[in-house]
Amino acid sequence: MKKTYIGMFAATALASTVTFAQAPGKVKVGLMLPATGTYAALGTAIENGFRLYVDEQGGKLGGREIEFVKLDDESDPSKATDNAKKLIKRDNVDVLVGTVHSGVAMAMAKVAKDTGTLLIVPNAGADAVTGPMCAQNIFRSSFSNWQPGFAMGEAAAKKGYKKAVTITWKYAAGQESINGFKEAFEKNGGKVTDDLQVPFPNVEFQALLTQIAASKPDVVYTFFAGGGAVKFVKDYASSGLKATIPLVGAGFLTDGTLDAQGADAEGIQTTLHYADSLGTPRDNAFRLAYAKAFKSQPDVYAVQGYDAAQMLGIGLTAVNGDVSKKAEFAAALEKAKIDSPRGAFTLSKAHNPIQDIYLRQVSGKENKVVGIASKALADPARGCRM
Amino acid sequence: MDFTIFLIQLLNSLQYGLLLFLVASGLTLIFGIMGVINLAHGSFYMIGGYMAFALAPIVAATFGGGFFSTLCVGLVLAVVLGYVLEWAFYSYLYEREHLQQVLMTYGLILVFEELRSLLVGDDVHGVKVPDLLAGSLPLGEVMTYPVYRLFISAVCVALALGMYFVFSRTRLGMMIRAGSTNREMVQSLGIDIKFLYRVVFAAGVAIAVLAGMVAAPVSSVYPGMGNQVLIICFVVVVIGGIGSIRGALVAALLIGLVDTFGKVLLPDAAGVLVYVLMALILLWKPDGLFKAG
Repeated sequence: MKKTYIGMFAATALASTVTFAQAPGKVKVGLMLPATGTYAALGTAIENGFRLYVDEQGGKLGGREIEFVKLDDESDPSKATDNAKKLIKRDNVDVLVGTVHSGVAMAMAKVAKDTGTLLIVPNAGADAVTGPMCAQNIFRSSFSNWQPGFAMGEAAAKKGYKKAVTITWKYAAGQESINGFKEAFEKNGGKVTDDLQVPFPNVEFQALLTQIAASKPDVVYTFFAGGGAVKFVKDYASSGLKATIPLVGAGFLTDGTLDAQGADAEGIQTTLHYADSLGTPRDNAFRLAYAKAFKSQPDVYAVQGYDAAQMLGIGLTAVNGDVSKKAEFAAALEKAKIDSPRGAFTLSKAHNPIQDIYLRQVSGKENKVVGIASKALADPARGCRM
Repeated sequence: MDFTIFLIQLLNSLQYGLLLFLVASGLTLIFGIMGVINLAHGSFYMIGGYMAFALAPIVAATFGGGFFSTLCVGLVLAVVLGYVLEWAFYSYLYEREHLQQVLMTYGLILVFEELRSLLVGDDVHGVKVPDLLAGSLPLGEVMTYPVYRLFISAVCVALALGMYFVFSRTRLGMMIRAGSTNREMVQSLGIDIKFLYRVVFAAGVAIAVLAGMVAAPVSSVYPGMGNQVLIICFVVVVIGGIGSIRGALVAALLIGLVDTFGKVLLPDAAGVLVYVLMALILLWKPDGLFKAG
């Protein structure tokens, strides 16, 4: 016991010196993002995007200088609660920004809800973050898993497809995406006949591809990302199904994976809130600035990081840099129109973007825009009471 | 499920089973016969995958390229790697407790993952199917079967036969089997058991690397790919009976069958069926199907 007390005392002492040492007037932003592991590249893109916006504003948001505290979340949900608490209690951050992995983001949302710390989620799509977990101080600059799924459901039905089969990993993100698709597809006269699932992160699809061939649907909707997305797209093509049954999916199926998928991805249509060649002046300016600053091309994750910083800027400006005014911070964001490279968006009552979801098609090494699958699509925020 | 579909699924399960054997066979040697709990087996598999991706352009520049020359170069490198690893690390582990083996080989996973991240990066990469095997055969009305998958199966069958022959029909195999039963006795008979084990270990690594290289065009290469196969490899070796090559083959085919039909018929339980199978088999035969010796 004694040791614990001493430890706590030391921690408090340390924390107070840290607070004391910092120049008054700085807003501390805790970047809790993956710096190692599968999602490391995504974490870097988000951080780059965030820093780009802050730099464009001369290092200040809402009149206050921004100071960063970084923490590698390792995409490990079991460490997430401790890590978030560390940033809040030890490092005294004013705002939490993170993360990629939905499980980690859920733990962060829980901590943010309990402590009242501002949280901006720059990627994780778990519906619950702006559903049952929604709170005045929790915001998302990305999407909910439901959104791309729902948009593709509408687009597929509009194309005249009647019978669909869905396939995904048996985990929350996949299921949420499939639910979105099914809801829209069946509302518009289609029918999902089979809901195929592969245990996560198993990538042996052959048996289920045979199932798809046997049930001969008009279209196959899928949610896979990363290595699984590459393997699925290649297996789908090599099993000969690509020629007869169109494959569509949430945008992650072909985002950041096109080099590996090669010709097997050609022509696949997906839905997402961003695409490679929007061609708008806003996006062009963003892409140029990003490429200049980081010597690499931005992706959807960089946009989400950039917009997370924009949202923080809008909120801080409204409260004159006083982060304790949570209600006014939230009110300002709920009214705001965020000038994103993806196209301007507003926030829903539950603080999830109300945004256009693009229909994209793989052409060469790019996800080219075909059109808008769903205009100003808002997540239904089921279970959110605020 | 009509009969054609059933036959296709049977082919799928056979093919998956053989792939599992290919991936697990290196572990059969190192864990099954040499008795080292080698958690780094998945890393060797990953190294193979990344070799297929990263060596191809280098081999193409020096030897004029081709998938098969990449395979040969990779195998040579793998044997060297295995030999050095055994000399530097594993040779100290034979007499140690399991916990120490687990700790060291787990450490190796971290080292290899980090090296991979530094050398090749964290992106997902695809490996091209060699042109010679790029075609596919029609199967049923809408499906086709890629020739490359059949090639993988052929490699597995050849490997299984080769391993079986070496271990049960040759003098070398006899010495290895004797060594796994009683090291000291074999040594006192004048056989250089240290060197022998170094060779067996190098072979185990080489087979794991071969599996990674051969599987790369269908599985693509990505961070953490080794950890994904590690558990199923141990399941194969344990079900088959530790140290038995025949057992590993039967176990791999059995798992392929259960996994494939499980996904189709009992999708909700697909994730656990393989482990249920393992539990049942171990209840029935605690030493696995074909316990060696």
